[in-house]
Amino acid sequence: MEIPYAVKIRPDTGLYNAKIGIWLFLASEVMLFGALFSSYILLRVNADPGTWPLHLLNVKLGAVNTLVLILSSVMVVFGWASLKMNNFRAYQVYQGITLLCALTFLGIKSFEYRDKFNHYEVQLKNGRIADGHINRANEDTNFFAFEAGRVVASHADLMVPAAADVKLEELKIPMSDIQDRADGKGKEIENYGPWHSSYLAIYFVLTGLHALHVIGGAIVIFAIWGPLAGVWKTDPERYINRVEVSGLFWHFVDLIWIFLFPVLYLL
Amino acid sequence: MREHTLEHAADGGGHSVEEAKKHMRTYAIVGVALMIGTGLTVWAAFINFGSREINIIAALVIASTKGFLVAGFFMHLISEKKLIYSLMACTVFFAAALMFLTLHSMSQGSIVHMR
Repeated sequence: MEIPYAVKIRPDTGLYNAKIGIWLFLASEVMLFGALFSSYILLRVNADPGTWPLHLLNVKLGAVNTLVLILSSVMVVFGWASLKMNNFRAYQVYQGITLLCALTFLGIKSFEYRDKFNHYEVQLKNGRIADGHINRANEDTNFFAFEAGRVVASHADLMVPAAADVKLEELKIPMSDIQDRADGKGKEIENYGPWHSSYLAIYFVLTGLHALHVIGGAIVIFAIWGPLAGVWKTDPERYINRVEVSGLFWHFVDLIWIFLFPVLYLL
Repeated sequence: MREHTLEHAADGGGHSVEEAKKHMRTYAIVGVALMIGTGLTVWAAFINFGSREINIIAALVIASTKGFLVAGFFMHLISEKKLIYSLMACTVFFAAALMFLTLHSMSQGSIVHMR
């Protein structure tokens, strides 16, 4: 059975059905991310003074990832336009670059996540806080070892970037100097996972959901580019429509990141 | 035969072969503008405007401009059919309502006061 208006234009809408379908889907996505941005605003505005970190994330990596997604979006429209010009080879090259961009974006994002899971905050008995990246090569039950860390007076000192003259150094904190947890289950040692603070919770939710969209979009683009490429020979109109629809989704993913970058990395 | 088919497809999408050729240059220019916009966003975030609010407004204005470029040119929203515009108008209305209610909930005297 043939799906109606998959290629032919529906007279009443002036569009093929998949195009209406993807725009309806994107409308629902706007509301999904809108709800999460709304949560971000609520968490941020209601955060107690000195509890919302500034420039905690690596701005350079975030900016590079933004450029990577922009490049991928340009490649998607180039690929679509190449098909319109009947140049399948050029389309394959452009979409191949798009897929490489997707992998690069995810690679950088994974690196950033790993960095946060290796970043620890340790509450000391003298009221001060040790903060930095764990030294996993030097794990010892008697000490907590930092590869590069610093000791600060309060949480507020961790909410702003360290001054230029502050040097991070190797630290070995004796376990006996570390505060016991109130529930008696171990020490006050916690990494920068989503459980660490409201900021990191919303950061992981927003970027994690976005990364899932990147993965989903890349899988669809790859499927059309590779395993389903034969459709170009049998039904080129349908193939172009598929590329256009997957491209619309990809641009939306780029669009979301354009807002996530300043909101999470810069402000 | 294929050329004929593609032209036919272009009727509904609103983009002919000639248009596609012409638009590739536009896409490249928009791409460069987006990259410059990214640099501008980072630069503006580290400038001391005297008030943190100005940094936030500057970042959101630049992000919105970049968003317009992506939606308008890459997603072809500047030359779409009426139905898509209607759909987007509904989406923008509900998204704006969501943001309005969020901000309203944090103001004193709000009927959905949070605190």
